[in-house]
Amino acid sequence: MSDHEYTPKSKVGKWFNDRLPLLTLANHLTDYPTPKNLNYWWTFGGILTFCLITQIVTGLVLAMHYIAHADMAFQSVEHIMRDVNYGWLIRYIHANGASMFFLAVYIHIFRSLFYGSYKSPREVIWIIGIIIYLLMMAAAFLGYVLPWGQMSFWGATVITNLFSAIPLVGEGIVTWLWGGYSVDNPTLTRFFTLHYLIPFLILGLVVLHIWALHVPGNNNPVGIDIKKPSKDTVPFHPYIVIKDGFALLMFMIVFAFFVFYTPNILGHADNYIEANPLVTPAHIVPEWYLLPFYAILRSVPDKLLGVIAMLSAILILAALPWLDTSKIRSAVFRPLYKQFYWILVADVLILGYVGAMPAEGLYLLIARIATAYYFLHFLVVLPVLGFKERTTPVPLSITEPILGGSPNLAAVKKKDSFKDQ
Amino acid sequence: MKNFFRISFLIALFFGFQFNSNAAEKVEYLKTDWSFKGPFGKFDRAALQRGYQVYQEVCSSCHSMKYLSYRNLVEEGGPEFSVEQAKAIAASFEVKDGPNADGEMFMRPGRLSDKFVMPYENEKAAQAANGGAYPPDMTVLVKARGGGVDYIYSLLQGYEDPPAGVTLDDGVYYNKYIYGNKIKMSNQLSDGLVEYSDGTNASVEQMAKDVTTFLMWTAEPHLETRHKMGFKAIIYLIILTVLVYFSMKRIWSRIETKV
Amino acid sequence: MEKKTKRRDFLFTATYAVGAVGAGAVIWPMIDQMNPDASVKALASTEVDVSTVTPGKTITVLWRGKPVFIRRRTPEEIAEAKSVKLEELKHPEKDEDRAKDPEWLVMLGVCTHLGCVPLDQKGDYNGWFCPCHGSHYDTSGRIRKGPAPTNMEIPEYKFVNANTIKIG
Repeated sequence: MSDHEYTPKSKVGKWFNDRLPLLTLANHLTDYPTPKNLNYWWTFGGILTFCLITQIVTGLVLAMHYIAHADMAFQSVEHIMRDVNYGWLIRYIHANGASMFFLAVYIHIFRSLFYGSYKSPREVIWIIGIIIYLLMMAAAFLGYVLPWGQMSFWGATVITNLFSAIPLVGEGIVTWLWGGYSVDNPTLTRFFTLHYLIPFLILGLVVLHIWALHVPGNNNPVGIDIKKPSKDTVPFHPYIVIKDGFALLMFMIVFAFFVFYTPNILGHADNYIEANPLVTPAHIVPEWYLLPFYAILRSVPDKLLGVIAMLSAILILAALPWLDTSKIRSAVFRPLYKQFYWILVADVLILGYVGAMPAEGLYLLIARIATAYYFLHFLVVLPVLGFKERTTPVPLSITEPILGGSPNLAAVKKKDSFKDQ
Repeated sequence: MKNFFRISFLIALFFGFQFNSNAAEKVEYLKTDWSFKGPFGKFDRAALQRGYQVYQEVCSSCHSMKYLSYRNLVEEGGPEFSVEQAKAIAASFEVKDGPNADGEMFMRPGRLSDKFVMPYENEKAAQAANGGAYPPDMTVLVKARGGGVDYIYSLLQGYEDPPAGVTLDDGVYYNKYIYGNKIKMSNQLSDGLVEYSDGTNASVEQMAKDVTTFLMWTAEPHLETRHKMGFKAIIYLIILTVLVYFSMKRIWSRIETKV
Repeated sequence: MEKKTKRRDFLFTATYAVGAVGAGAVIWPMIDQMNPDASVKALASTEVDVSTVTPGKTITVLWRGKPVFIRRRTPEEIAEAKSVKLEELKHPEKDEDRAKDPEWLVMLGVCTHLGCVPLDQKGDYNGWFCPCHGSHYDTSGRIRKGPAPTNMEIPEYKFVNANTIKIG
């Protein structure tokens, strides 16, 4: 893990470090050689850590006041909003924090897709990331159920019913998940328990994610392997810390804007109506961050196949390191991939849009085309592109624009532009 | 830096996209200028007090306000009735308390710490008294409707004779703004229905605006604090961001790479 | 060169200082949320009907989640409480200061040792006795023997009318 042996200067420090090498770890983290050309898209790892900690801290506070009971949950949330000191602030941070978390994670994922950060030797980092993403979705869904509003209740009903698509045992599984014959108090209490548990699982996986990152080191916008430490790297502290800090503050301004000025805009009005098992809201829409997958689910006319399509859309990402056959990591040197990348971004945004629309007519048609393209991108475009694409020359180091292959002067001149990507 | 504008732009674009998708099938609501909108928005105290009067005299016979307490009427950022006024309001209601030493429930005058007295014992009683329709609790009603205050404001003024070809059952009324145009609440407001103690002319429009303002407050009692705190927080974050930006420039100036 | 160093120091110090202020401002709500909330504070006073309490009887009512003893004392108990010399007391307080109307003793029924509820009409001084660690209180609720450091506390109260006491 560490690149060089470290000995604390003080006697006490050495005594302690010999028994538990925390100081060696701290030293590794501060000195960790990081590519100097990382751009702002790389700051989202730090931002995500901030999001996770914020959610855990505000969540712990909310749990002190929330009552996980079908008769009291809605009321206890109103109690938090009205009577608890700063309760409204803490709840709005937590609720909007979930959206901010997903916003950051989507940028983080798409950054990885653009610069090929999932490729060898970083496959394990990537797969741990996918697991974190899945757990995030689970935590977000479970958390959304807790206020026990109409969307909570019907969201829980619809999502748990997805399991009924499983042949033979489906119905049994759904009843087991509910602890009854419908979503009710037993469901709420277990959802609360799991919602409390999952963030700590995520935290553990984040540690593994960073550990796995520190073995090969960061990828970088040029996507080449670099020597560490070298002229191409800077120590994590203070260079990357301050840069991450700056980006985090910009992020926090956006976050604060939502919390203080439009705290309910990302939520759904129906969730301020207490759960009523007799009336379904006219429009059931998941939170915005789940909409693309919701669109995929609805675009398939068969119940079981729809669920399979939705799950595959996420799980296919885990196979990405092997589906992408290109030896070049960064899209900067892959002119064709770059175009397909932006088509994919647009495709996912379109899926998100139609996910919010009623599943009929033109919307349904668009959803089907977009779903088909989504899978096409991963299953056909990526593997083929790796063989067919003519990539542009890649420099040998970040600082010195020595090009491998051809003496392409145009690429040297473009050095500044890719640094800025 | 350039990247930040790009990121911000994308974020803005993305959320713009989302809002549009939510707004797709909106009816044009009546517009009025709400004093509490915008980053510096505050409630109009007089409107809140008048709004309370409208709620009390018109709405409260059917609609409960179960998350609000009489003490809230005194709190900063609300109608800010004086403690005496609020005590008098509370005392004008009979609250069920008990059991007493004999094990029986008894009625006593309300206190500041009591929750607003509900018009019906429970939801079933409310339905039974209103032809099967449950008059929703009003505490967070504004947040529970897609159109928010504009919707409530419009709905109260949206009663019309049904257009030709639309037949209405007994106890169902035509309203321009409700989804499906059929509503089980009859038109409640008429000019001069209440007598405002501050002499304001109680037109339908005025009463609709006042009571909607009151409902916004009941749904978001800490709105003023939130706006004030948000302003401070964002100013603070901008100052710190600038400081960190220059610190970052300093630190990165030690090596030749630009940030 | 020297000037530049100074400016750099100032910039970093300012950044740290401003950052620390923000961190403090964020931590406060997380701490304050555990303080009594607005609904708890609103319940701070209770009114008690004492018309049924005859001399020699005690009723116990709940106030802020704690028991309050309301005792209508007999003339003997009053005399006993008044006869005690102040220098004999561990926590000297006159009975007049504890019971505005000598007939009524209104007192927080919480032992000042570690918070148990003392038993009525028990102990060596005809007052209260705490079973947890053996503190004896007299007919005025003053500590006479045992580990408790102070007399039982008198809450703020007043007679709203002849039959009603408002505590808090």
